[in-house]
Amino acid sequence: MSDKPNPDLAIHISLQQQRPIPLDVQLDCQPSELLALVGPSGSGKTTILRAIAGLYQPENGRIICQNEVWQNSVQQFFLPAHRRHVGLVFQNYALFPHMTVLNNIQQALSEIPKQHRHSHALDLLKKVHLEGLDHRYPKTLSGGQQQRVAVARALARNPKVLLLDEPFSAVDQVTRRKLYRELLALRKKLAMPMIIVTHDLEESTLLADRIALLHKGQILQIGTPKSVSAHPVTATVARLMDQQNIFTAQVLDHDLTAKKTRIHWLDRILEASFQPQFKINEKVCWTIQSANVLLHRRDRPSNGDKENPLHGKVIEYMESSGLVNMLVQIDKELNTTIAISVPLHVSKRNGLGLNEIIGISLLSEGIHLMPYQALRR
Amino acid sequence: MDWQALGLSVKLSLVTLFFLLPIGIFFGRWLAYRQFLGKSILQTLLALPLVLPPTVLGYYLLVIFSPNQGLGLWLNKTFGTTFVFNFEGLVIASIIFNLPFAIQPMQRAFSSIPRDIREAAACCGMSPAHVLWKIELPLAWPGIISAMVMCFAHTLGEFGIVLIVGGNIPAETQTIAISIYDRMQAFDNQSASIMSLSLLLFSMLTISFTYWLSERSQKKHV
Repeated sequence: MSDKPNPDLAIHISLQQQRPIPLDVQLDCQPSELLALVGPSGSGKTTILRAIAGLYQPENGRIICQNEVWQNSVQQFFLPAHRRHVGLVFQNYALFPHMTVLNNIQQALSEIPKQHRHSHALDLLKKVHLEGLDHRYPKTLSGGQQQRVAVARALARNPKVLLLDEPFSAVDQVTRRKLYRELLALRKKLAMPMIIVTHDLEESTLLADRIALLHKGQILQIGTPKSVSAHPVTATVARLMDQQNIFTAQVLDHDLTAKKTRIHWLDRILEASFQPQFKINEKVCWTIQSANVLLHRRDRPSNGDKENPLHGKVIEYMESSGLVNMLVQIDKELNTTIAISVPLHVSKRNGLGLNEIIGISLLSEGIHLMPYQALRR
Repeated sequence: MDWQALGLSVKLSLVTLFFLLPIGIFFGRWLAYRQFLGKSILQTLLALPLVLPPTVLGYYLLVIFSPNQGLGLWLNKTFGTTFVFNFEGLVIASIIFNLPFAIQPMQRAFSSIPRDIREAAACCGMSPAHVLWKIELPLAWPGIISAMVMCFAHTLGEFGIVLIVGGNIPAETQTIAISIYDRMQAFDNQSASIMSLSLLLFSMLTISFTYWLSERSQKKHV
């Protein structure tokens, strides 16, 4: 990986169409950057990937990769897929079933002299840890091995952009974790822009530098996974980012000295981080990540407990992989609940369980305000 | 055994295959991958010989190529040839009659190649011609071979259309099926039964071969 990415090596994508799938997106991906297109089914993420690869021609589009025009509908120019230097890893890998692993990779090496193709393909197999499997046929490989062959074949063309279409969806959980690690290690060596399509938020958070959240063919928000999760621009984004704690409130005032914004929620007043862009008395939506909800220790109350304290009954209690996810009912009449996650040992030490009354604190820095919209329950 | 008639039948089958192979690949692939207006009408027309009595098809071909009118008259005037009661006419009739037997299995064979495999080939930098040659044809090959074998066997045994379009001219249009009929008319039952048995055995071999081929290709790649 070069130390300083060269902006000339970036890819710029702008696509618009009404039918059959509405699209209105503008994207850039820098060299060495891994951008994740995230969104629910039907949001248009795979269509965007196919348009970049030249497998789909949207009504209006402008795609420039490493200063080479791939599509410009104004000039009615469209470079077909086989003339774009694209590495695409398909969801089901799409290996050629009648060819050996080595042959599969060699198909993408047509631009290098014939006598070097064999050794080059072997080098690529080594890169994806598949030495010794060169004469096997795809059907004799495991899902994880097939995915590695697909990655090696995608890299064989020395692509100007690497595209990955839900590459981990066809493998089991254990293999998936292994492949995540491999991709993270591999991407450090790659200098081209990389775009991954996924509907798995955890996957995108783990792998991507930036995520573009898509909904109905539009990008709702683009940014680092952390910033999109913590600072969604709308309640819809928050919902698509799997935020469970989304509520409506009214702005009470802004404290310029303490750098806090106070909001009126249910019959309480909550202190939030300073967000003066919202006017006093304005109706807003607000959200808090469950990681910013603190549990009051029953045995040893602390000063932190005074920050937006709330009490409620645990009405849902689920243990999974060392974590406990709970729903705490704050207001029975309005059925207002707050989701909270704590490590299993913390839950055990505090004797938590279903129907227990517990105290929680909402960290003011974690309370994020958004423009008002009616919430679906 | 009427070796001359058998030879003519084999020749007719081979010439038919020579023309049907590219026609079948072109239309089979086209129908498998493209959506266009009137596709279902075209598919109906192409499937028509499956249900149409061969004599009806033969009758219309005779009318179309009759040297006294329309296309037949024009062909006769321009090229000094006609397509009735000669080998060339038999070839044309045989190609038309075999269209569904060639196109339908090839269409199925091309359809069964997943779209992403063809797209992956394009992303590897292969031109459409390369994709056809290196990916589609090898994967569709069992379907293409079985279509060809079926057409060969079908042409070898065809009777009605051959009799109507070609007549019964020894060494020109008398195929083995017509020769069997001819021998029966002449009460030469021994010759008729030898030829019938040969055709029966050949047909059984053909069917076994196509089943074997399709099973083998399934085992190989799936």
